[in-house]
Amino acid sequence: MSAPAHPLPVSGPTPGPDPPPAPRPQPIAPLATVSGLTKRFRTREVLRGVGLTLRPGCVTAVVGPNGSGKTTLIKCFLGLVRPDAGHLVFDGEDLEPGDVAYRARIGYMPQAARFPEHLTGREVLAMLRDLRAVSAGATDDALIAAFGLEAELDKPLRTLSGGTRQKLNAAAAFLFRPDLVVLDEPTAGLDPIASAALRDKVEAATDAGAAGLLTSHIVSELEALADDLVFLMDGRVRFSGTVAELKHQAGHDRLDRALAHLMTAPSR
Amino acid sequence: MTTAAPHSPAVRLLGYELRDVLRSRWAAAYALFFLAVTDAFFRFSGGGEQVVLSLVNVVLILIPLVNLVFGVGYLYNAREFTELMLAQPVRRRDLFLALYGGLAVPLALGFVLGVTLPFAWHDAAVPHAAPLVRLLLAGVLLTATFLALALLLAVRFDDRVKGLGAALLLWLGLAVLYDGLVLLVAYTFSDWPLETPMLVLTTLNPISLARVLLLLSLDVAALLGYTGAAFERFFGDGLGTATAFGALALWAVVPLGLAYRRFVRKDF
Repeated sequence: MSAPAHPLPVSGPTPGPDPPPAPRPQPIAPLATVSGLTKRFRTREVLRGVGLTLRPGCVTAVVGPNGSGKTTLIKCFLGLVRPDAGHLVFDGEDLEPGDVAYRARIGYMPQAARFPEHLTGREVLAMLRDLRAVSAGATDDALIAAFGLEAELDKPLRTLSGGTRQKLNAAAAFLFRPDLVVLDEPTAGLDPIASAALRDKVEAATDAGAAGLLTSHIVSELEALADDLVFLMDGRVRFSGTVAELKHQAGHDRLDRALAHLMTAPSR
Repeated sequence: MTTAAPHSPAVRLLGYELRDVLRSRWAAAYALFFLAVTDAFFRFSGGGEQVVLSLVNVVLILIPLVNLVFGVGYLYNAREFTELMLAQPVRRRDLFLALYGGLAVPLALGFVLGVTLPFAWHDAAVPHAAPLVRLLLAGVLLTATFLALALLLAVRFDDRVKGLGAALLLWLGLAVLYDGLVLLVAYTFSDWPLETPMLVLTTLNPISLARVLLLLSLDVAALLGYTGAAFERFFGDGLGTATAFGALALWAVVPLGLAYRRFVRKDF
């Protein structure tokens, strides 16, 4: 059986510095929901009944210590990892294991991007366009311009630095104006200017109605981008709600303190 | 289900893989190697028949080794690219076929061209067409077999060192140790009729199978010694040859099928 969807991390009410946050405005239909997601690698249970909801126009951050199942959760959602149990819904449709069409509406930026070494960036972008049958003029090239990537696009990818490849990776995630962008530790290899450009892009996309799914350890990034927050620990959801709710519940005004509080709070 | 029509995703993906493999120059080096060796055999040994005989050992030792090691290495390098593709609206079946075809087509073609061209410019292709075609067919089937085994190892082992180690062990076992084992069996049970067990043992190793096929076509079956007569009787006629080629083709298909099953269910 799956665990309760949203077990609360603290047993009793903790007096917070703020008044309780105003109730969330009733959201429009969620873009995607995950429920009861379970995954075991050999003997290690990575996910034990995880659920989350992605709302259009909002960034949901998945936070948790290393090895808490964040990347596995993302990969289950994308079909890269086959969950043992659980239910995935995208835009009102139940996803079956072999489904691929929904991925046309998702932009995914994995943690570490390695492309075919002998191709150029332009060829990779052309390939991604080609796979989705999108013509060259119809893509969103804003990030390529913002990163100043144009000059690097004709070099073989093996000659590019890790950071430059990560920029290409980010640009590729936004290329098709996705309804959902999935960013797995997006700014880990990026310089501060590129990180800022990426943040701006995420905000522009969510303002335009896209949903975001983000994992990050960088508190300032979470503070800047996250609307909703899901805290994973040992494969279970320990907290799920808005950032304001988290701060209120933890009784800390600062997100890093509130997260630390979650990590040290006794489980159930 | 749709078949692979032009511009189907599988064909498009195959195009990208081909471009990547061809640009790595490995395939070209491989073709040039066969070109140089075949041409050298012509210069040093003269007759076309002898050249084919000299090439038999090169084919039997090198094709398995190069295809296993290059295949496994390439697939590990392509791991992140595989993940990137699987996050796109791409079916696993299509990507699997593209990965296999992207390796098999250039390597098989490199071998065929590398051997055939020197035969052509030494005016030996037409007079020695029959043994040459056998050699090419056996080489192509060995290429297909050992790339399929490489794919199987690469999906089976997540760790690149383990995968490459397994590839080398497999090659050592099939190309070197297996013959010793067969000799040991022949020596130990030399008082019994060994024709049938020998046939079975030969069929169980694609390299042995290819060797028997090639040597029988060259009227040097006597080199096979004790059991040569049994092979001559079984593989000598058209039906036997066809059966043996069929068995060799099975050696390509079965590991490929196993690799496919694993690939479709694999967690990336």
